[in-house]
Amino acid sequence: MDHTTAFVYLAIAAGFYMAWAIGANDVANAMGTSVGSRALTLRQAVVVAAIFEFAGAVFAGGNVTETIRKGIVDPAAVAANPQYLIFGMLAALLAAGTWLILATRAGWPVSTSHTIVGAVVGFAVVGLGPDAVHWPKVGQIAASWVTSPLVAGGIAFVLFTVVRRTILEQEDPFARARRYGPFYIFVVFLILGLLTAFEGLKHLNIDLSVGQAVAVAVAIGLTAALIGAAFIHRIHIDPEADRDFHYANVERIFAVLQICTACSVAFAHGSNDVANAIGPLAAVVNVAASGNVAQASPIPPWVMLLGAGGILAGLAMWGYRIIETIGRKITELTPTRGFAAEFSTATTIVVASLTGMPVSTTHTLVGAVLGVGLARGIGALDLRVIGGILVSWLITLPAGALLASFFFFFFKGLFS
Amino acid sequence: MPTSLLGDLFGRSPFQPMQRHMELVRSCVAHVVPLFAAVAAGDGATVAAERAQIDDLEHQADMIKNALRAHLPKGFFLPVARRDLLEILDFQDNIADTAQDLAELVAERRMVLPAPMAEPMLALVKSGQQACDAAAAVIAELDELLEMGFRGREASRVETMVDKLADQEEESDRLEMEVNRILFALEGELDPVTVIFWYRMIELAGDLADYSKKVGSRLRLFLAT
Repeated sequence: MDHTTAFVYLAIAAGFYMAWAIGANDVANAMGTSVGSRALTLRQAVVVAAIFEFAGAVFAGGNVTETIRKGIVDPAAVAANPQYLIFGMLAALLAAGTWLILATRAGWPVSTSHTIVGAVVGFAVVGLGPDAVHWPKVGQIAASWVTSPLVAGGIAFVLFTVVRRTILEQEDPFARARRYGPFYIFVVFLILGLLTAFEGLKHLNIDLSVGQAVAVAVAIGLTAALIGAAFIHRIHIDPEADRDFHYANVERIFAVLQICTACSVAFAHGSNDVANAIGPLAAVVNVAASGNVAQASPIPPWVMLLGAGGILAGLAMWGYRIIETIGRKITELTPTRGFAAEFSTATTIVVASLTGMPVSTTHTLVGAVLGVGLARGIGALDLRVIGGILVSWLITLPAGALLASFFFFFFKGLFS
Repeated sequence: MPTSLLGDLFGRSPFQPMQRHMELVRSCVAHVVPLFAAVAAGDGATVAAERAQIDDLEHQADMIKNALRAHLPKGFFLPVARRDLLEILDFQDNIADTAQDLAELVAERRMVLPAPMAEPMLALVKSGQQACDAAAAVIAELDELLEMGFRGREASRVETMVDKLADQEEESDRLEMEVNRILFALEGELDPVTVIFWYRMIELAGDLADYSKKVGSRLRLFLAT
């Protein structure tokens, strides 16, 4: 089985490259909003992203990885020829990597999630036949691509309206923001904590009872709220800031809140997108180790760490530049808006992660920002972007599928 | 360079340029009172100097207006109706144009202000300038309105400001009628062509407040209903 060892190394390299590409390109969208609203400096954004992307990948990245690894391709279809799964998953990684390079060169904003799903479906249909694909699962995934931006937009609309009603429209918005700020922080971390504690930790073989999970989430929420409160109380009214713009001081408080939502978006992104890199890798490693398409085997922890490490490498080598570029472009997004958009994005993505749906963080964030826009919160939004999203869907799926089937037949012809 | 959906999503907001435009219009109109004071004093050099200032400021405002129009494509999603916004811009533009027309007429025709008309005419242009200031104050609230989603306390505050602006326009109307009456009494003593041009000037001076009021009443449409 010398071939198999070679395949594992190749898969590791390709998986690491995918993770690197995610860190280099996609993390920027998650963090760019915070840099744009000046809630975080570039350096702080990179540190926050590094910590929370890693945590998200490790603590809540299991379910989406499982979907990519064995949710799309029917294991029965490859039971007789387990090496086909190795060829296919490796082909999917190479196809997605190639497509990302091409699309980035051409300046097309494509989603890694869509690419990898397209590639896995593509090799399965062409290489193994249409029956090898779990079509209901693929249907669910495709539906989640439409619903995730819509849901995030809806939450963002409601959340921004709530912020406006409870704080901005009140008699003394600054005092209100100071009082309610820590409460909002508590809610952000409580929701993330609850979702993660209930669903995400299973893959780490940590099984909490309901009571324990709630206790952990409340503890996380309270800790974050206390830290946030300490920061908020150090902010005092700066009359200079309010001379031209009455709400400048309120926005300063929301900058603290937005740091929290930036953490949660990074966490959510890590939990969803790491799977694009390590889902196929986990499948290859699994078959190579056991010689069959075993269902029960867990994802090896080193695979998870490899994915998280790849994201960090991409972020450190290239991603920070893109964060800076995006940050400069979206200065219209103030912290109150950024808070609403990021909170709804993070919540939507974490729910998607825990239900195993590989969604696009960027598209979800676009949906959330549009939600804030619908609540009349943003100066000007260019709706032509929506057309760009639709086009990227239409191009990415066939492209990923085509490239993946090409690589699949290449390996198959070479080794069997 | 990889493009970013998120970066492309944010268009250039039209609100800051609207405010900068109105600020220029306001400083342009601020030269109208000194202009007429110079006319009343028969100080030709100052008239020419004030006119040059007005021309320059009007031109600067025009540049912003054109850039703003060019950067507001139909595909933009704005928190207010695009057409209303462009109409407000047109009204702001009209205010500066009116100031420019006034300056051009007094300078080119070397208009001499008949003594009985001097004081009420100055009062009229002063009232027009105040209306323009009031309109500028309303436009200056646009960023706060945006921050508040065009609702709530900020919206009612602006509502009150727009009401005051309307009052100012009524005052200007009253002054316009008064100057017209004085000119009518003077008709026999003046050259008929001059009379016609003074009627034209009075109308233009009244337009300063009219267009200012229109800025406010169109902006009222932005406020949540």
